[in-house]
Amino acid sequence: MDKEFIEHGFSLNRRRFLSSMGVGIGSVALGSLLMPDLFGLGADKNGLPPGIPHFAPKAKRVIYLFQNGAPSQQELFDYKPMLREMHGKEMPASVRGTQRLTGMSAFQDAYPLAGSFVDFKQYGQSRAWISDLLPYTAKIADELCIIRSMHTEAINHDPALTFLQTGAQQGNRPSMGSWLSYGLGSENKNLPSFTVLLSRGIGNGQGVYSRLWSSGFLDSVHQGVQFSKGEDPVLYLKDNEGTSRQERRQMLDKLSELNDLSYQQFGDPEITTRIKQYEMAYRMQTAVPDVMDLSKEPDSIVNMYGPDCLVPGTFAANCLLARKLSEKGVRFVQLYHQGWDQHGDLPFEIASQAKDVDQASAALVMDLKQRGLLDETLVIWGGEFGRTSYTQGKLTKDNYGRDHHPRCFTVWMAGGGIKPGMVYGETDDFGYNIIKDPVHVHDFQATVLNQLGLDHEKLIFKHLGRRYRLTDVSGKVIRDIIS
Amino acid sequence: MRFSKKIFYVLLFFILSVFSFQACNNQQERLFASNDMPDSISYNFDIRPILSDKCFSCHGPDINKRKANLRLDQSESAYESLKEHPMAHALVPGNPDLSEVFIRVSSNDTSLVMPPNNSNLKLSKYEIALIEKWIKQGAKYEKHWAFVSPVKRPLPKIENKNWPKNEIDYFILANQEKQGIQPNEEADQERLLKRLSIDLTGLPPSLSLMNSFLLDKSAASYENLVDQLLQKRAYGEKMSLLWLDLARYADSHGYQDDGYRTQWPWRDWVIHAFNKNISYKDFVTWQLAGDLLPNFTKEQLLATGFNRNHKITEEGGVIPEEYRLMYVTDRTDLIGKGILSVTLECAHCHDHKYDPFSQKEYYQFFAFFNNVKEKGMESVIGGPETYAKQPLMEVTNDDIKKLLSFINKQDTNKLIVSVMGDEDTVRKTHILIRGQYDVQGDEVMPGTPSAILPFDAKYPKNRLGLANWLFDQNNPLTARVFVNLLWQEFFGRGIVKTSGDFGMQGEIPTNPELLDWLAVDFMQHNWNIKRLVKQFVMSATYKQSAEVSKEKLALDPENILLARGPRYRIAAELIRDIVLSSSGLLNDVIGGPSVKPYQPAGLWEGATSGRGLLSVYKQDHGKDLYRRGMYTLVKRTVPPASMSIFDASNRDICEVKRQRTNTPLQALVMMNDPTVLEASRVLAAKLFQENKDINFAITKAFRLIVCRKPKEKELAILMDYYTQQQNAIKIVSAQKLLSIGEYPLLENIDKKKLAALMRVIATIYNLEETITKT
Repeated sequence: MDKEFIEHGFSLNRRRFLSSMGVGIGSVALGSLLMPDLFGLGADKNGLPPGIPHFAPKAKRVIYLFQNGAPSQQELFDYKPMLREMHGKEMPASVRGTQRLTGMSAFQDAYPLAGSFVDFKQYGQSRAWISDLLPYTAKIADELCIIRSMHTEAINHDPALTFLQTGAQQGNRPSMGSWLSYGLGSENKNLPSFTVLLSRGIGNGQGVYSRLWSSGFLDSVHQGVQFSKGEDPVLYLKDNEGTSRQERRQMLDKLSELNDLSYQQFGDPEITTRIKQYEMAYRMQTAVPDVMDLSKEPDSIVNMYGPDCLVPGTFAANCLLARKLSEKGVRFVQLYHQGWDQHGDLPFEIASQAKDVDQASAALVMDLKQRGLLDETLVIWGGEFGRTSYTQGKLTKDNYGRDHHPRCFTVWMAGGGIKPGMVYGETDDFGYNIIKDPVHVHDFQATVLNQLGLDHEKLIFKHLGRRYRLTDVSGKVIRDIIS
Repeated sequence: MRFSKKIFYVLLFFILSVFSFQACNNQQERLFASNDMPDSISYNFDIRPILSDKCFSCHGPDINKRKANLRLDQSESAYESLKEHPMAHALVPGNPDLSEVFIRVSSNDTSLVMPPNNSNLKLSKYEIALIEKWIKQGAKYEKHWAFVSPVKRPLPKIENKNWPKNEIDYFILANQEKQGIQPNEEADQERLLKRLSIDLTGLPPSLSLMNSFLLDKSAASYENLVDQLLQKRAYGEKMSLLWLDLARYADSHGYQDDGYRTQWPWRDWVIHAFNKNISYKDFVTWQLAGDLLPNFTKEQLLATGFNRNHKITEEGGVIPEEYRLMYVTDRTDLIGKGILSVTLECAHCHDHKYDPFSQKEYYQFFAFFNNVKEKGMESVIGGPETYAKQPLMEVTNDDIKKLLSFINKQDTNKLIVSVMGDEDTVRKTHILIRGQYDVQGDEVMPGTPSAILPFDAKYPKNRLGLANWLFDQNNPLTARVFVNLLWQEFFGRGIVKTSGDFGMQGEIPTNPELLDWLAVDFMQHNWNIKRLVKQFVMSATYKQSAEVSKEKLALDPENILLARGPRYRIAAELIRDIVLSSSGLLNDVIGGPSVKPYQPAGLWEGATSGRGLLSVYKQDHGKDLYRRGMYTLVKRTVPPASMSIFDASNRDICEVKRQRTNTPLQALVMMNDPTVLEASRVLAAKLFQENKDINFAITKAFRLIVCRKPKEKELAILMDYYTQQQNAIKIVSAQKLLSIGEYPLLENIDKKKLAALMRVIATIYNLEETITKT
């Protein structure tokens, strides 16, 4: 029995199988849904249908700290002393090759190289070069696998973001979080399996859009649910102040009594599903504010993440929240921090962006570790592409900008069965081309799925006659970085 | 712990029954889970679905991916001796044991078996047996059903001659009688009225209409009602909903910056066109090629806005040509999916893997749309706002007074709309290797996929010629596809379930004779849309009660046989319409610029670059708060939340079928959306003003919202709830509750009573039946 079989069973009456939130094809057995008592006898203690997950998972959950706008690798992780030496000199045409450029720098008269304004030092057993802009991240170098050889196909934000999140540049495919929700479901019946948290720095920003956490052609129960700061963390969650919990309960009791009468007459299973969804909504009304409440976190934790973590809507607060959601079994927590698009004024803007995220990103990793959760939680940090080694616009001694660059950029991963304390891949002295161990976006996605126990070639969904997967038609697992 | 024997059998039954779902390939087979092999095996209905799904990706139309030089989607190549083993044949008609296809699919040898293990594909025993029998019977190929022109066959014979009301019913009943099941009784008058009113106007029936219909016992009462509803202006609004999804209409340019655009006059035209009942032929021809018609009018030019509804980038730094080609691609794929229901887009980068469309044919089709006087990037967000992009037309105040009077222009500002317009010289079209914008292959001329219908030389090689081709009486798809799309709208499930894919990988029609009869009939009657709609709703099939017995549910969970009426949760926009209409809040003005009703704070602001007119949500006030759902502004990157949650399209690309989910987030919308709560308050106040007893008030609210009288038990539950709430509610809570919404609050009503009735009404809005077509 393979995946096809499961798909068929589901498609027959997918509405009823998948109608409650957070039921993935893997996490809840097909059989246990149909005959819970039978399977409760212990037929399969994991309750998994054969074949899903495809093999033993290393990680159970993902937290993706997306740095939206594309952080410059030259100022953060990819140390290139030669750029300093050649500061202001023209970039050799042989290095640039036939690389297409964006409309913002394609028509420049010259392409002078820009050396990084910031110093780098080596850290940890891997002697990883990390910039002075990231002092907290530097301290946890031994937990990180830094991949300096990521590359992508798009050179503009929208298609590049969409590519990283959905495996295709044009929209309307399921997001990575949706695929995981579809494949593995939720571990918590009161919370959605895929949640999204947004924050923004003061750097030049690029918008985010709900298409990035769309479930595409998958059932919309797998869509990312945005948790926002403020009183209503999930849309329409909060009852009017004039309505107490008891009064809401009274309303739901009458409602289900009435809906049940309707079921008696029509026999339509959608009616019973609707009744259950109201009950789930009722439980979410308590569960979500509960997890969103950061006031009970001890000082030691607040100190770890930094004082910003008590300011709702900041990256630090979202990191702390991500830990709580993940701890409660949310399969995929997606953060976006906007403001990394440094076409100009890079030294000023990037310092501020780095300050926004450095402490909290490191704290999240260490917090998971001290709770014993890092082994089963994969943390990912990175943007949608890299930035050029030549400057965009005017180059002065201490100011410059960098344009979009698809050929190389850096992401790091931690936990979730990824080798800690490792640097993978290498770029040339100009930081422009990869010279060792390239990692394509689809390779990266295949690796993430692999850590969750999913074979990227088998996690498929048939839509309008085509079998779709997150990695589209390519991708290979990067075995070298798996512990 | 050990299994008891009984449990073991239950488990075995479960596993076997799931297996049989897999085993059965076509609809009927899956429905009846019968392992009886058909007497005569049909290539189209039994074999092709298996070959297409499991074999064609390596042995199909795509020459670049073809393995062993073997092609199985055409008889000639399948009968030939194998290129790599000239002594052997893939198919030897009449002899499975000499047919390599059968030998390989039935092989136990993992190095021989097909499909190969690493493909993750597998044939079931039943499928293998079907193939064996098909070969025994001569391995006859048939042209794919959807590419053969439809023929009107005589009505099938049926037993129960009293049941049919029109031709549709003969086809439906014949299928039911074959399976030995009976249609349901006719639905009760109230539910039928609601179903009809929602389907034809998107609005619940008014109280006076309910009363008059219940009293009218004449034989013609139902037909009169149908005619009356078809004449309502709201009919055009309701019909437009599906077209706006298909045409990916929105009020923003899309892509990440997502600035504002004024494409709404095109939307006003669509409503107008449905109300005027323009034939489907003209409707599509104008939209495709209005600008190419001889002496075209401004109305015909406006219609071409259809092909400019796609996303247009305003992101700084893009390569314009890359984006211009994306727009051309979008139009090509739109006609493929929306008008022809084929996944033409699959041939964008390579030959189609399942359907007989080459990549060359894709770019021939593409060439029709590649001559527009447009720029890939006209202006950057934050620069001068461009509410329409070149080519565009201006709608003047003079136009509004004359030809374009259907446009609801509310001020004297300049109004522009993106429309079509070709370059004076023909831009060359090349095949794009692997779909990459900058890697050109051979040059191609405009043309259509020959498997559907070759492009007749008598047609001009432009969009007008393409429209002629679409409406050529030999085009096998255009009529079937639209009939099916409307069928899906009224019956909840297309005769072809995959309404966006009539190709090899799509599902086969559940009632092919009916589909063809309707398609031909539609063409014979000049593509008359209202007539088609009337045929649907006048049928006995449509009028059946939606009640479902356990037996029928088990036999036919998807209601393929239509032995019961359609029962579905209604579209997102219509949920809003029911709430506003039943409470009397609805502002039923038609058309005009889209509006911004209540929306949770911060949605736009949290997801913007901060540039452009739509970076901040400035909510409207007064009457604009109460417009129909279809007029809510669609900003593509942050579509209206309360509607997205109910599966509304984000209008990024052509969509012909929405999902119909049932989620907790929907429950939260119904419980807490200020629109629902405000409507509850306003209706409660209105009922108190009538000075009748509470029993009367609740009954009336129930009728307005659910569109039927409450049953005794239902009324009792609601009365009981009212009393409970009225006694318990505190004045402070009541005040808070009553402060929801901007509609003025009447001061002279007892606040506790008002809040209690408001809660009762909000509960009625939350009933499953309220948002369901029953």
